[in-house]
Amino acid sequence: MTAANPVEEPITTPIRPAPSADGSGKPGWIERTVAGIAASVERAVFTEQHARLDGFLQRVDPRAKLGMFLAFVLAASLTSSYAVLVILYVAILAAAIASLLPTDFFVKRVWLGIPLFAGIVVIPSIFFIPGPRLFELTLGPLAIAPSIPGILGAILLVMRVGVSVSVAILLVMTTPWADILKSLRALRVPQVFVLILSMTYRYIFLFLHTVNGIFLARKSRIVARTRGGEQRRWLGGTIGSLMSRSFKMSNDVYAAMLARGFTGEMRTYTTFRMTTRDWGLFAASVAFCVGLLIADQLWLR
Amino acid sequence: MTEPATTTADEPSTATTAEPVYRLRGVRYVYPGKHVALDGIDLDIRRGEMVCLLGANGSGKSTLLKLLDGIVGPSDGEMRALGRDVAAVAAGQDAFRFHREVGLVFQDPDIQLFSATVLDDVAFGPLQLGLTPDEVKVRCDEALGEMGIAHLADRAPFELSGGEKKRAAIASVLSLRPEVILLDEPTAALDPRTKSVLVDLIRRLGRAGRTVVTATHELEIVPTIADRVVVLGEDRRVIADGTSESILGNRELLLRANLIHEHLHGHVDGATVVEHSHAHVAGDDHHHGEGIEVHDHPVAAGS
Repeated sequence: MTAANPVEEPITTPIRPAPSADGSGKPGWIERTVAGIAASVERAVFTEQHARLDGFLQRVDPRAKLGMFLAFVLAASLTSSYAVLVILYVAILAAAIASLLPTDFFVKRVWLGIPLFAGIVVIPSIFFIPGPRLFELTLGPLAIAPSIPGILGAILLVMRVGVSVSVAILLVMTTPWADILKSLRALRVPQVFVLILSMTYRYIFLFLHTVNGIFLARKSRIVARTRGGEQRRWLGGTIGSLMSRSFKMSNDVYAAMLARGFTGEMRTYTTFRMTTRDWGLFAASVAFCVGLLIADQLWLR
Repeated sequence: MTEPATTTADEPSTATTAEPVYRLRGVRYVYPGKHVALDGIDLDIRRGEMVCLLGANGSGKSTLLKLLDGIVGPSDGEMRALGRDVAAVAAGQDAFRFHREVGLVFQDPDIQLFSATVLDDVAFGPLQLGLTPDEVKVRCDEALGEMGIAHLADRAPFELSGGEKKRAAIASVLSLRPEVILLDEPTAALDPRTKSVLVDLIRRLGRAGRTVVTATHELEIVPTIADRVVVLGEDRRVIADGTSESILGNRELLLRANLIHEHLHGHVDGATVVEHSHAHVAGDDHHHGEGIEVHDHPVAAGS
């Protein structure tokens, strides 16, 4: 789907894995891990751009969205009806489309990952849950016989996870991360905890860039194959150096906070305003979820 | 050498009064590990002055700014700021009130921008003052508008370019409306347009009667942003204090402070090459040293 408002290009510099330092030319596992984490953070930055579109959910107060998210997750967790899960997913998909999110990206992001994680978890239950078997395949001493109740239970779990993850992604893609953190205050999460989370999110990105830069700088000066021991010593030194840098930076950041009048008591600025529309949407979402659960008990079983 | 502060001829600063904002006597600062960052600093800064701290890397400019901001106290010597003992302020006494009046823009904007969004950072100071949300909003709008970054209010700091980060860091200090503004290398590593915006801003702040102290080693911006220049030497002491004209006109002093250097340089002048040592002072201005050599130049090319 084409968004009404074009998504701006991210300003951040893409990070590619640094080649390995062992002289093989292939990226080492540490480099790949660092680049992978950095890329994840950059993807998070990219999703912030969707949060700035003028879509349906982007106009809703983050606290209302958090409430709606909890209602949907609870409904998905409490139901054991395929129909209810399908209805919930269709509602989520409709909200994603109304919020100008790219549907293919939204769907792929959920359903490419879930079979990998939730699917692997439920595979054993397909074979161990008693009941009629879908088929029986005997390969020498090995007999493969998935049970029908096991398969149905696995599908239910995967659908449940899919709906929950979809609504979580919907929340994240339509709400800036800073607003999600601030809206946690509505759930009585302590202010200092929100501040620490916010600063962690702020600085982890900076340090990941630094780490990747260190790997690249080292690689650019490696002119011969290095031994494992040398690499481990270098890695140990780098970890220590990074720790030292982060400690110095934390001191400087604290000094910057003091310089602007910080006295130990946290105060934050929110421009959130729950309008009648926000309350209405929140109430409608709760009513929708409760209604589905009642219908599940009465008619959909 | 200590000269009284003067104003430029074309733009007299009427805001300067006799009331001292800072008074430093024999101030010394030693970092843990016995590294001496400042030694025997004697300095007075008066209200409404536009002062530039000039010095090479490692001369103690940033440390002096931290002292002036009261976030660290002197290891030795006497230092008073806005009628308060800075050692006591650094220890927390009356620090809250002091930081309402003095704002420091750090050299690294990543240190200053610690919140999740630009707006949160700009609002941080006013919130600490205990202002109402409406007052905070007015101050944030004003500071963001002043720096031309109102459209970046909801952005995360890591989404910003270097110049945008610098503007956001300055806005986060302006929202406090401090009487004294301290800037640490405000134009370092910036593109020419952003640099020009910041230089204009510093000049405007000075015209508005604020006391502005800027640490830099970029000589070309000094005449625009300062009436008075204090030079820190590599021995971490004040080696000169005077008008920007007198300091920038003293080539020997600038060489001694490692603010300029001499190097061989060639001009193509018609069919000859003129080769001599010279030193850049500000922009394209340069001073020719001794030992001019003239060679034939076979190619008629521009220099």
